[in-house]
Order: sequence, then C-alpha cells, then structure tokens
Amino acid sequence: MSVTKYESQLREPLVNGNKTYGQVTHDIVHTIEAKPTRLWYIGFYISVALLMFGAYSVYREVVYGIGQWNVNRTIGWGWDITNFVWWVGIGHAGTLISAILLLFRQGWRTGVNRAAEAMTIFAVMCAGQFPIFHMGRVWMAFFTLPYPNTRGPLWPNFNSPLLWDVFAISTYFTVSLLFWYSGLLPDFATIRDRAKTKLRKRLYGLASFGWSGSTKHWQRHESLSLVLAGLSTPLVLSVHTIVSFDFATSVVPGWHTTIFPPYFVAGAIFSGFAMVQTLMLILRKVMGLQDYITLGHIEAMNKVIVLTGSIVGCAYLTELFMAWYSQVPFEQDIFFKYRIAGPYGWSYWLMMTCNVISPQLFWSRKLRRNVLFTFIMSIIVNIGMWFERFVIIVSSLYRDYLPSSWSIYYRPTIWEIGFYVGTFGLFFTCFFLFAKYFPVIAIAEIKYVLKTNGESFKNEMAELESKNVDEFVHEMHHDDHAEGTVKVAHH
Amino acid sequence: MALKKFVVGCFEDEKVLFPAVEKVRKAGYKFHDIYTPFPVHGLDKAMGLRDTSIHTAGFLFGMIGTTTAVTFMTWVFTKDWPVNIGGKPNFALPAWIPITFELTVLCAAVGMVLTFCYICQLAPFLKRHHFHPRATDDLFVMVIECSEKANEEELKSFLGSVGAQEVNTQVAEEGWWIGKYDEEQELYKEPNIA
Repeated sequence: MSVTKYESQLREPLVNGNKTYGQVTHDIVHTIEAKPTRLWYIGFYISVALLMFGAYSVYREVVYGIGQWNVNRTIGWGWDITNFVWWVGIGHAGTLISAILLLFRQGWRTGVNRAAEAMTIFAVMCAGQFPIFHMGRVWMAFFTLPYPNTRGPLWPNFNSPLLWDVFAISTYFTVSLLFWYSGLLPDFATIRDRAKTKLRKRLYGLASFGWSGSTKHWQRHESLSLVLAGLSTPLVLSVHTIVSFDFATSVVPGWHTTIFPPYFVAGAIFSGFAMVQTLMLILRKVMGLQDYITLGHIEAMNKVIVLTGSIVGCAYLTELFMAWYSQVPFEQDIFFKYRIAGPYGWSYWLMMTCNVISPQLFWSRKLRRNVLFTFIMSIIVNIGMWFERFVIIVSSLYRDYLPSSWSIYYRPTIWEIGFYVGTFGLFFTCFFLFAKYFPVIAIAEIKYVLKTNGESFKNEMAELESKNVDEFVHEMHHDDHAEGTVKVAHH
Repeated sequence: MALKKFVVGCFEDEKVLFPAVEKVRKAGYKFHDIYTPFPVHGLDKAMGLRDTSIHTAGFLFGMIGTTTAVTFMTWVFTKDWPVNIGGKPNFALPAWIPITFELTVLCAAVGMVLTFCYICQLAPFLKRHHFHPRATDDLFVMVIECSEKANEEELKSFLGSVGAQEVNTQVAEEGWWIGKYDEEQELYKEPNIA
C-alpha cells in the first residue's frame, strides 16, 4: 500500500465499521426508501397536533388582540420574546457546526452537520413567529421593510436594533437555507439515481437540479461551500450579537451592558449544541446511525457544551460583579434584590443550576461518553437557557425606575403558552418530515472522509505502524517501482 | 441538440483512478468529464482543470450589497427624509454597520449560489444524460468523447488496460434539456435505421 495520509491512532475513526461507499449510501438512504415506522407516525401526529394548538393560540391573539396574553406594563416582553431569543439561540449550533468547524477543519462535523443545519433552519422559522405576532397588528408586519410607499415615502429607522434584527434574522435564514440546500443537491442526486418508484425518481430528480457529479461541478461546489462557510461564520456571530443589542442598547438596568454580545453568542452555542444532542441521540437510535454519529461525535459536542457553559457562567458572575462595582443603585437593586432574590428568585437559581453547575459534570470523560446522561443533560441545558432569557427579560422589567408602575406577578395565559407549544409543533413537524424524506447525514461528505478517517483506514494505519522499519522501507521502495513515484497525499 | 458518442469507463477505487487519469492524459485523449459520488481532492488538478474563480463572483456580489446598503441609508437619512433623533447626526455610519454587514453577506451568498447554478447549469426541471446510475453512489465514471483522434475500439481497450472495471459506448445528448427523471426520454431517432 502507499501512504496517502497519516492519521494518528489516538484519534477515533469518524465512521465505525469497515464501510464501503455503497454501504454508506445504503445505510443513509434506506430509511427514506422504506415506509415510515409506527413510531414515526406517532411522533409526527403529536407534532401536528401541537402545531394545530399553536395555530389556534395565534388565531386568538390575532383576532382578539395582544390582550390574550398577560404581558403588561411594565413587562411588555413576556414569554414571546423569551421564546424568540431561545429559538434563535438554538438556531446557532447548525451554522456553527457547518461553517466554523469547516473552517477549523474539524472532520467530525460531517456526521452531524446536515441534521444540525436543518435544525437551525427550523429553529429560526419558529423564532421568527414571535416578534412578528408580538407586533399585535400582524398584517402590518411588512412595514418593517424599506419599500417605496405612499406615506412619504416613510422609511424604517435604520438606527434601531429592532430593525437590525429584521435584517439579521432574515439574512441568517436565507443564507443557512442556501448553504443547506447546496449541500443537499448531490445527496438528492444519489437518492434519485437509486430510486425504484416513479414518484420518488421524479421528485428527487426535481430537487437535485440535474446534478451529475461532474468533477468541475464538484470543484465549484467545494469553493462555494468554503466561501459560504466564510460568510456564515461572522454572520452567525452577528445574529445573536444583534439580538443582544435589542437589550444592550436600551437604558434598562440589567440590560444596559457591553458584555451582552459575547455572552449571548456563547449562550446561543451552548443551547444550540444541547438541542443538537437531543435530536442526534434520538436520530441515531431510531435510524440506526450509530456508526456515523459515534460516541466520539457526542463527546466532541459535550466538550463544546462544557466550554460554552463555562463562558456563560463567567458572564453571569461578571454581571453580578459589575452591578456591585458600578455603584449604580438601580443596577444593584435589579441584581441583588429583584433577580437573585425576590418573587422571581427561583428562576434565577434554576438558571444557575441548569446552565452553570450541571454542565461541569462533563469534565468527566465517562459522563461525556454516556448517551443517557448526555440526553438528560441536553434537556436540562435547554430548560436552563430558556430561564436565562426569562430572567433577563422579566426580572429587569417588573420593577423599573418608577415604583408606581411596578407590575404584578407575571403569569402567562394558556394562549401565550399555546403559542410556545405550537412552535414546538412546527419545529418537530418539520424535523420529522426532514428525517423521513431527506438524507439526514451528508452522504457525499461522509464518503469523502471515509478513506482518510474511517475505521478501515485506521486499521490499515495500525498495520503499517506495527511494521518494522526495514519492512516498511522495502514496501515503499516496491511501490516506487510500480507507480513511478511515491504517492504522497493527493491533497 | 447535439448527440455525441462517448466511451465510458467505470472505476471502483481512487487508487486505480488516479494513475489511469495520468495515463489517459499521457496518451493524449481529452476527457469529456469524470463523474464522482463525492469531491475527490486533487482530481481536478490531475485532469488538468483550471481553478474555479467562483469566489470572485462572491466578492463582487458582496461589494454590491455593501454599496447598496450604505448609499441607500445615506440617501434616506440625509436627503429623502432627515429625522432629528435627539439631535444626533443624520449621517450615523456606526449605527448602519449591522445592516450594511447583513446586506453584504446576503448579496454575496445569494449571488454566489445563483452564479454557481448558472455556470454549472443546475436548476429544477432540468435533466441530463447520466452515464452510470452508480456515479452518485460508489463509482468513478470516466467519460471520453470519440473523435477522429480517439477511435471507439481503441479507447475501449485502452480504458480496460488502465484498470476500468466496466467499459461501454454511449450515444448521448451532451447538455441539459427540460424533462422528468421518471420518464425514459428518447431525444433522438437514429436517422439511418432502414
């Protein structure tokens, strides 16, 4: 054999089992070709039911007005903006995995990037609902767009963070969608060329845009992916930065801090990875993808969780320190009287436990590689991150500068909760459809890493390493004669 | 519609494909294309393809986005409808950075993807002749066009000798047409069938 690339034995293989290219295709595509399982139908119908409930809750809000919710003076942003920030945050992991890890050449991203990007797109779709319906008169939502109109024309305020949000979220959604879909083209073509039924052949033929796998097309495709990754990297950081500006540019105690952008971005990645874990652990179990989403993948994501969780923890402590250090009585009251204590104190401590204390358990390698523990932890983290946004919004708003406008204890109505539950319905309906009809793992990318990071390659390497030097030299010398030159790396 | 005659050789292993590509080039044959199920790094160089400059398109579209955003916001806030916001300057460049950035990224990404689809001629409802159904699964399919210099029989035996597992001849339409993948389409009639 010739040495095309050296891989350390210390690195785990990215694909387990001695797979051939054909097996990779089969493993990923066969669930699309089979009939959905009973479990899939149950999950799908539950999601649709939740979606229906959400649609009805939104209908009530649109028809009867924002009074269907318990948002009030001064808690103008209640559950809906909490949910908005939470969903946007979750939507950050997909692009982080597909873009930033691509630039950092992290091979393990190939196993999880497709599903994570899908999750991103669905999460951003859910997030977008909240500010839109929070407007109250939702039929005027298009007023946020700068289009020539008959009122002057009157333009939106480009200096406002809320308008920046409109641009950031819609750009993020569009670019993620393009990135995702351009990666899907070759995989759709794979399904198309294997398809046995007419309908499948036609639909996947339509979706694959007539992809042929030409070398020139691949070359451009790779360049496109790389540039899109380069564009998405600052984009993903900018989106949650801008979301944090919604808070940080105001003069509300507890919001008006410069730490918000990095703190929000870290929190977004934290909750996003937790959601990826939740979905991946179910996906690999139900679809039998343990060879592609290995324990190594799970461990790698848990490492990101413990890192970002610690950053978030640092941010919480910094906030407390800055509140004390600033010597501003309003800041100090918000943090020490109304946030860590007071009627909403329980939510602060829930947030602290879920986000700061519990992820520290991931310092243990044994727990990082424990599937059940990871699954439970991923849900705990997302509960914690939801409460983080709740704490930020509600505890800063319920007692502001003027004691006469301090509000009563804020409890959401059933329709407010229904809206949130409905976005879960939307998210999981989309995700179930994705899991059934789309290749959940990037087939072409797995094939690309198969020969350089797969288990069979590792075994070959182990064999090579066990040889003594003379034998090795002899073999390479032989290769030299056979092929004219010693082949070293095709890259 | 231009029908052409191609000789197709299929390879199962990159380790066989790369030396074969080299030999084909040495023998002076011209590739029509090599279809692969995944991006094989170095194959473009081995085939003698030049680098793509699609990233330049991305840069140009990005610049269009930047200029549009800055000029439009400047025009709105200084010429068309200046608003006094707490006495702050109308030309508030720092506050426009987020939107300028977002529009740059949006234009670059959308423009690049459209450029990609255009230069690769990819779109829904388009159909092509695919030389082997496993070209998107696990085969590397080398296609060489028959010409005066490249005789069919000669090519077939040559591809066999460099390690192709399966060799055949196909007469096919070179470009795309509008069609459905679930229908066998005869785009041509053999003219000289008696």
